[in-house]
Amino acid sequence: MTTISMTVNGKTISENVEGNTLLSSFLREDLRMTGTHIGCDTSQCGACVVHVNGEAVKSCTMFVIEADGAEIGTIEGQANNDGSLNVVQQAFQDHHGLQCGFCTPGMVMSATALLKDNPKPSEQEIREYLEGNICRCTGYHNIVKSIMAASGQDVSKIAAE
Amino acid sequence: MYSFDIERPTSVADAVAALGSEDAQALGGGQTLIPTLKQRLASPSALVSLTGISDMQGTTSEGGALRIGGATTHAAVMAGASSYPALAALAANIGDPAVRNRGTIGGSLANNDPSACYPAAALASGATIITNAREIAADDYFQGMFDTALEEGEIITGVTLPVPEVANYQKFVQPASRFALVGVFVAKYADGVRVAVTGASNEGVHRWAEAEAALSSNFSADAIADLTVSADNLIGDLHGSPEYRAHLVKVMTGRAVKAAF
Repeated sequence: MTTISMTVNGKTISENVEGNTLLSSFLREDLRMTGTHIGCDTSQCGACVVHVNGEAVKSCTMFVIEADGAEIGTIEGQANNDGSLNVVQQAFQDHHGLQCGFCTPGMVMSATALLKDNPKPSEQEIREYLEGNICRCTGYHNIVKSIMAASGQDVSKIAAE
Repeated sequence: MYSFDIERPTSVADAVAALGSEDAQALGGGQTLIPTLKQRLASPSALVSLTGISDMQGTTSEGGALRIGGATTHAAVMAGASSYPALAALAANIGDPAVRNRGTIGGSLANNDPSACYPAAALASGATIITNAREIAADDYFQGMFDTALEEGEIITGVTLPVPEVANYQKFVQPASRFALVGVFVAKYADGVRVAVTGASNEGVHRWAEAEAALSSNFSADAIADLTVSADNLIGDLHGSPEYRAHLVKVMTGRAVKAAF
């Protein structure tokens, strides 16, 4: 066992972990934060995307000891302080950017990472950035629309839902 | 995940020492190795993570060359290779954004996947692979599919790429894996043109000598118009036959020459 420390959604934590623990397993099983989903477990689908020091990372493809000392952000930390949905989450709700919802945590975390670097992405840039996030309901269109809306851009030119 | 030991040293010397134990395996960004471990295609008893070694990260310009630390992520190469824009563009098109935030150039070169992008850039640039023990010319380094000149426990600490006058990488993406079905890197230097092909051959990344000769005397897509690529020993799978890949090698080379900047 190894002792690791990190901040998760701003809260400092310290835990003993086995060396072979994946970041995704640590979040879900040790911290009981099950908002981070494991879809494929092969780094294809992106449902497990979290932020490590502000960067989008597939948490199923990183050992937790490599996050020792890092700042981790998960879907549980995205809402506003009063519990209301943040701007990205609200846009997903307003524009029906989810169907079954399984991929949504990863979509929101990827979208948030994109908007940090590129506050006004084009539709094409959004589609390219989401290359590693798979929605098996194939609801991509409204996901793209949600992210456009979250960045404050006009979405009326994007075809109807 | 099966049980193994894992260490995260902060210096190259400590990493080399840790890799001295029997059956230890270096772990770069893990974007290939971790899925490989999950599938039990490899099951080393110990992993030595290289991500905590700050000396192995970052990009620096050295005269006419770009030096990149072995543990530098694809995303950091994208941002740091402004002196070599064709390389920055290559890095920007590997995998997806989350993969680029973890995967490293050293990991890619050490693995030498026959469809990976960086081996083409390193070979076309006449790069020097720098390890904890020695420097290896790219022409000597790549030795076939998943095979390199690295010895057991040897770590790629960095790679130095001479910056060409113009260059371009054209990747015909295999859409499911996002690896290259065929990728061609063309780099024009004062003393000639180098052309490296990935994704096509059972022998892994390789140079296309006839195209290099033709392009060195006339750097235009017309120069390779009369060349043919043999399908012998090219990869054939459900994504494309050897003949299809042979065709793509020439098409991608032509596109790279036209797009070179």
